[in-house]
Amino acid sequence: MSLAGLMQNFRENKLAYLYVVPSFLLLGFVVIYPFAYNLLISFSNMSLTHFRDWKFIGLTQYFKVFTEPVFYVLFLKTVAWTTVNLIFHVAIGVSLALLLNRPLPGRALFRTLLVLPWAMPQYISALTWRGMFNYEYGSINQIMQQILHLPPLQWLSDPFGAYAAATITNIWLGFPFMMVIALGGLQSIPKELYEAAEVDGASAWRQFWTITAPLLKPVMVPAITLGVIWTFNNFNVIWLVSEAGKPADSTHILVSFVYRQAFNYYRYGYAAALSLVIFAILLIFSIRFIKQTQGTKAVY
Amino acid sequence: MAKLEKTTSKWTYALIYTILTLFTLITIYPIIHVIGISLRPGDLLHTTSLRLIPEDASFASYRKLIHIDERVRAEVGKAWEQKGWVAAYRALGREKPFILWMVNSTIVSAMVTIVGVALACTAGYAFSRYQFVGRDAGMIALITTQMFPATMLLLPLFLMLIKLQIFDSFLGLTLAYSATALPFTIWQMKGFYDTIPYSLEEAARIDGCSQFKTFYLIILPLAAPALVITALFSFMSAWSEYLVAAVIISDRGLFTLPLGLKLFQSNFDTQWGLYAAGAVLVCIPVMTLFLILSRWLISGLTLGSVKG
Repeated sequence: MSLAGLMQNFRENKLAYLYVVPSFLLLGFVVIYPFAYNLLISFSNMSLTHFRDWKFIGLTQYFKVFTEPVFYVLFLKTVAWTTVNLIFHVAIGVSLALLLNRPLPGRALFRTLLVLPWAMPQYISALTWRGMFNYEYGSINQIMQQILHLPPLQWLSDPFGAYAAATITNIWLGFPFMMVIALGGLQSIPKELYEAAEVDGASAWRQFWTITAPLLKPVMVPAITLGVIWTFNNFNVIWLVSEAGKPADSTHILVSFVYRQAFNYYRYGYAAALSLVIFAILLIFSIRFIKQTQGTKAVY
Repeated sequence: MAKLEKTTSKWTYALIYTILTLFTLITIYPIIHVIGISLRPGDLLHTTSLRLIPEDASFASYRKLIHIDERVRAEVGKAWEQKGWVAAYRALGREKPFILWMVNSTIVSAMVTIVGVALACTAGYAFSRYQFVGRDAGMIALITTQMFPATMLLLPLFLMLIKLQIFDSFLGLTLAYSATALPFTIWQMKGFYDTIPYSLEEAARIDGCSQFKTFYLIILPLAAPALVITALFSFMSAWSEYLVAAVIISDRGLFTLPLGLKLFQSNFDTQWGLYAAGAVLVCIPVMTLFLILSRWLISGLTLGSVKG
């Protein structure tokens, strides 16, 4: 577009800019400027002791991120955390959707009750489950002892137990999203396909893998990507269930570790560099995913 | 349908119901459990009983949270007379912190709602109706902002707010919250405006309405349902947020509900009942809203992800 055309467009749409600018000013203030500032800090030695007199130290913080083993340990922990959660979210969500996807008296009630964990504010879910995992009085250990006659577990004071506790909490609050999405996807699959398969004598198992699964995939793939990003970044559950990474900072994923470094240990430069590395990981994942879904879109 | 009934036997149905019921019970157990704890009388907090609704259920915890008795009224009144309303508010916060958190959360959420609705209804309209330069880039930029993890933006935001001296204030919290919900609500509003026929505006323009008047006299009233959803969504997101508040707010007098409930919960020994009662009170409004709104929220979520 020529400059004159540009000016013309601007004059015609003055009101549109007036409508849009306040929103973008706010987003600039809360998202874009902090992002640029974060980039700046990541090249500096800013910390509690160098808060005002900080100076640029080049790539030193990034060097620290990649040479300290803690990054690799936490990366693997975060990937494991995300994978385990997503497997359970999708498996439980899709199974329940399959059960609910038929004329069933009381279906609406089941659906509403099963969505409740999603409706609950996340921090309350996390704090409540933390209480339930308490060794002496928590109801999980009570159920294990009184009903299942199992020995009680050290949920929150053992590194593995704390991870398990956070994972159980997150599975509980994450499967309804997958269930709702899968239910929506199932309802858009034409019934005729199943009738035809029935006529051909295909078993229910076969119908699932040849009709349901491939037609559900385009709906589930975006939901799974969102789920991966949410779970990878899920600070609330891991932080609140383990109470800031207890025992002894062993219960962390990358984002909770960044928070700890920034707001408890005041290593601002290091935290900024690490957070940008996390962002880059997610960005690469998202781009690869978008390309992949566009590939599947072309097939349809 | 007849065919389906023939192929699904009675036993299959029994099995489906058993699985669904079992799963639903596990799902709602934590919620019922919390309600049960909130009803425990004071001396039963340290029990190992698995009864869902305790013996001698009482509303003692709720009363302790929100009941303003003579003594509290006298304390607050005295502070009011001697030092004005700020002191009175602080006194109320000392005596009945839960009420203070509730009021604080309501103030912040209301401010976020006003800012959110004002910005989303105008920006959404521009994206729906005008072919201005930068329109498509703007729409994509909105989605991109959703990808930035909050934990990355928190540190620079925290440092910025300190410099601007709006750290530890409702203003800082409101700005941060408004921006979080905004991309979603703008997309939602744009989607709704798209369904309103353009001919309505043309008719109004022919009758001599200015562009701005057409917007707020003709289109905005028609968009009322979408405005309500935008308002409720903004309110809910601010009401339920913990992390940003934990970073920005440190003054006890400015604590919002998430910070307060966390405080109760960390003193597991003494305040488990208060935590539970508070959690129930906080959850009732948002969970009700969520169930009513779930259809729109879900369609909006998938819209954002598919268009990305």
